[in-house]
Amino acid sequence: MTPQSTFMIVAVVSDVQIKKLRQLLATMNYIPGHANPDNSLVPFGRFDRLHFARFMIIEAITADEIKEFGITPRPWPLTLAFFGDIDGDKDSFLAELTEHAGSGLKKIFSLCEGFSKDENNLLEWMKQRDIQPQANYINWIGRTVKQVHEEAALHKSLRRYLQKIVDDIGRENTLDLRQKLLSHIELEKYAGRLSLTPPEPTPIGWKIRNLLHLIGVPFILLLATPFFLLIAPFYLIRLRMLERSDPELFIRPDHAHLQKLTVQEDYDVTNQYNVFGDVKPGLLRLLTFKFMLFMLDYAARHIYKRGFLTRVRTIHFARWVFMDNNHRAFFASNYDGNHESYMDDFINKLGWGLNLSFSNAVGYPTTNWLIKDGAHRELPFKYTQRRHQLPSEVWYKAYPGLTATDLARNSRIRHGVENRQSSEKEIREWLSLI
Amino acid sequence: MKPSPNFEFDDLQALLRFGSGHLTETHFMLLQIKDADAARQWLSTAPVSSATATRPPPDTSLQIAFSVDGLRTMGLQEHIIKDFSDEFITGLAGDESRSRRLGDTGANAPEHWEWGGKSGQTPHVLLMLYAQNGKMEDWKKTVETKLFKRAFKLFMTLPTTELEAKEPFGFIDGISQPKIDWAQQQSTDLHERDNYSNRLAVGEVVLGYRNEYGHYTPRPLIDPQQDIHATSLPDAEDEPAMKDFGRNGSYLVIRQLHQDVPGFWQFIDAASDADPEKREQLAASMVGRERDGTPLAPATPNHIPGIAWQNRDNHFTYELDPGGTRCPVSAHIRRSNPRTGDYPPGVSGFFSRIIKALGFGQNRPDEDLIASSRFHRLLRRGRSYGPRLTPEDAIKPDASTEPRGLQFICLVANISRQFEFVQNAWNISSKFGGVQNERDPLLGIRAPLLNGEETDHFNHPHPSGPMRTTAHLPQFITVRGGSYFFMPGLRALQYLATTPATDSDSSS
Ligand code: HEM
Repeated sequence: MTPQSTFMIVAVVSDVQIKKLRQLLATMNYIPGHANPDNSLVPFGRFDRLHFARFMIIEAITADEIKEFGITPRPWPLTLAFFGDIDGDKDSFLAELTEHAGSGLKKIFSLCEGFSKDENNLLEWMKQRDIQPQANYINWIGRTVKQVHEEAALHKSLRRYLQKIVDDIGRENTLDLRQKLLSHIELEKYAGRLSLTPPEPTPIGWKIRNLLHLIGVPFILLLATPFFLLIAPFYLIRLRMLERSDPELFIRPDHAHLQKLTVQEDYDVTNQYNVFGDVKPGLLRLLTFKFMLFMLDYAARHIYKRGFLTRVRTIHFARWVFMDNNHRAFFASNYDGNHESYMDDFINKLGWGLNLSFSNAVGYPTTNWLIKDGAHRELPFKYTQRRHQLPSEVWYKAYPGLTATDLARNSRIRHGVENRQSSEKEIREWLSLI
Repeated sequence: MKPSPNFEFDDLQALLRFGSGHLTETHFMLLQIKDADAARQWLSTAPVSSATATRPPPDTSLQIAFSVDGLRTMGLQEHIIKDFSDEFITGLAGDESRSRRLGDTGANAPEHWEWGGKSGQTPHVLLMLYAQNGKMEDWKKTVETKLFKRAFKLFMTLPTTELEAKEPFGFIDGISQPKIDWAQQQSTDLHERDNYSNRLAVGEVVLGYRNEYGHYTPRPLIDPQQDIHATSLPDAEDEPAMKDFGRNGSYLVIRQLHQDVPGFWQFIDAASDADPEKREQLAASMVGRERDGTPLAPATPNHIPGIAWQNRDNHFTYELDPGGTRCPVSAHIRRSNPRTGDYPPGVSGFFSRIIKALGFGQNRPDEDLIASSRFHRLLRRGRSYGPRLTPEDAIKPDASTEPRGLQFICLVANISRQFEFVQNAWNISSKFGGVQNERDPLLGIRAPLLNGEETDHFNHPHPSGPMRTTAHLPQFITVRGGSYFFMPGLRALQYLATTPATDSDSSS
């Protein structure tokens, strides 16, 4: 299995250059916000390990909100973020990037601060500016871009052939149908039109680290339990005090801002999402936020790694990042469906989870005991997330037209090709997926 | 459940409570306001019908709704207007992103519409007249007074025909509606609504009341200290110091949907090898009901709040047919109202809810792909138009192609969460409930996906395993017009009728 990794390169952009940078980035798109895979700056399409990528400007458009807490907003410079999700390790991918998109990247980064004209070590420059997420979610750990494409092609080929043979021999003789499909695949493979590459062996270092993480975290938590129990009453009292006194903001996003976001939505079956805001003041909020994301990261790594994050099956990749020395938080995701349906998922399926983490961010609707209310206060929630949302300048997805559900189904179809079903019923089920 | 006697039905326009099926004649007018003063004067005495039940039921009815331009022209101030929802203010056709989201692209694009499609040309007022057979002419005369003619210019009369149970394709329509919980007795708590209920919080269709989240949808509230005319408006339940301009009002979405009846039946006939029985089956599987209304989904043994046991036409969910072998997942009524509860089937108590909430214990990989229905219900009030054409006649090569279709109308409190969501995430979505690149067989556009994959087919899951696929569906429905309106409560109408006029009087 090839594990996935993630990169996020951030660099400050001066106010003078920002317009130029935005214009330059826009030249990569073929529809608003959507990268042309063959664009000349960063031809994303030629990187066959790349799932998703984007360029966006992190801007503190809601910086003033923290004034409600009696705190002066910290300055935040315009910041270019370039991030993506890839198969295999990061370093070799960044090296590949510099090799095949070096001149384009240089053009982009030369509009950022700290990138001198004669910067010749692009790779080093990027590595220095690469930041780690606090939590990272991968819809299906181990599923590679190559696999996605191969399985999509498999499904398409099977579907076409199945329709044809059903017309010829009917739909009742399932064993026969199955046999015909399997031989069809063999022929197609032989002809070079299909391939089903077996998974690579899992890197041993990754395996060990993952195992240590799997056991290490609960072990440490267990050790810390007495401490947690001891502080729990104080924590809860303080939390409730904050929940009652934290100022609440109920401000509608303005129309012009909404337009900036919606012009790049709903071209594909998947959309991109970025939000950025302040962490609420005080250690309790920061530690709660950090702890929740730490737990989330653990769950994403060891539990929610096979197609779903609790009830939500529409997120491909997501990241939670602390910035500005833990004063600010950034979240980005790639989700299936429309924004309104994403919000439906958030509120009705994952509200409690969002509350646990984002209630520690300024502007989030008031929660009750950390998990209640919050996102369930529908419109205050929808307003605040839209107000904190930032557009992407350029967004790339390696497999347009396919949702996470499609990818999971295609993998099940392949599984059925490689593993003989044991009963008539199972064969029918497999056939029904095609 | 008996309606609460306290409910302010006298402040509600009748359409929110009654489909008025006995008023078979309709006359829908789109109006431009020529003279705002005259319009206000006319409105102050206009016989707008309230939702109070009378016996015998009235033999006529008048309903009125305003677009945002209409409200502005009536003199409603901008600081009040800005508290309407963004969708309403922007309008159905005002924004390309919205059009893309709703499938109003290609032949459906607003630039091709007969009305409402071009900015600056949205009608101000939708005036809906209903009357019993033969009484429309008199009713029109009553409504269209001299003052009316001074106040308004007729933009156009929307085609409608005398009410029939069947919509133009020949299916009985108007069978399923949410049952509004006027008495506000059903809990909206997220922990008490695991299963589908057909009862719906008042606040999902009427502004000023709690919605399915237990909250009040934002709407214009007016401080009576600042505006003495507002004192006659109802109080805002959630902010007692304020007056509620939105209360007892509702957003009204109207879309004129042209139906290609010969095209529909000729396609189906060809796809069924001209076999009448197969033809009926295929058409029924696209709708999810037979033409006489019989649902394809099996009846549910569980009680559905708001639907009587005997009501076979509605006493069903899709729980017993998860794969869609009886009623395809893609069928129009399954997409339009998947009859899902807050949790996937099989939740029975605290622990199983926790397990499901964490995403485990799923019986099928696709059992939890669809949002809970209660947040996405529509109160439908459409009427059809065009001469009747039976399927038998429609398949003849010389079948008449006169315009036929549906004035699709629905009433909602939140346009984006209800109408736009249903249209986008359910009806035209190529991925609804895990379907394979197909859109609503009736309503859908057929545009391919971004990767070039076609979406112009209809899959009918089959118990034998392989799906049955009907390929190359043409588009059967084309949008010909539409707009978002606001249908105010009766006191809000009086506020509109009086306030600005007196304001300008006092300043002159
Ligand atoms: C010309 C276009 C349309 C036609 C011919 C049509 C036809 C039908 C028919 C025959 C039914 C079954 C009768 C019933 O269950 O009451 C139905 C139900 C329904 N339709 Fe449509 N419809 C059209 C457009 C729309 C649109 C645009 C929407 C929403 C965006 C919609 C939403 C619904 C809903 C919510 C139901 C009830 C489903 C249920 O509760 O089970 N329809 N339609």
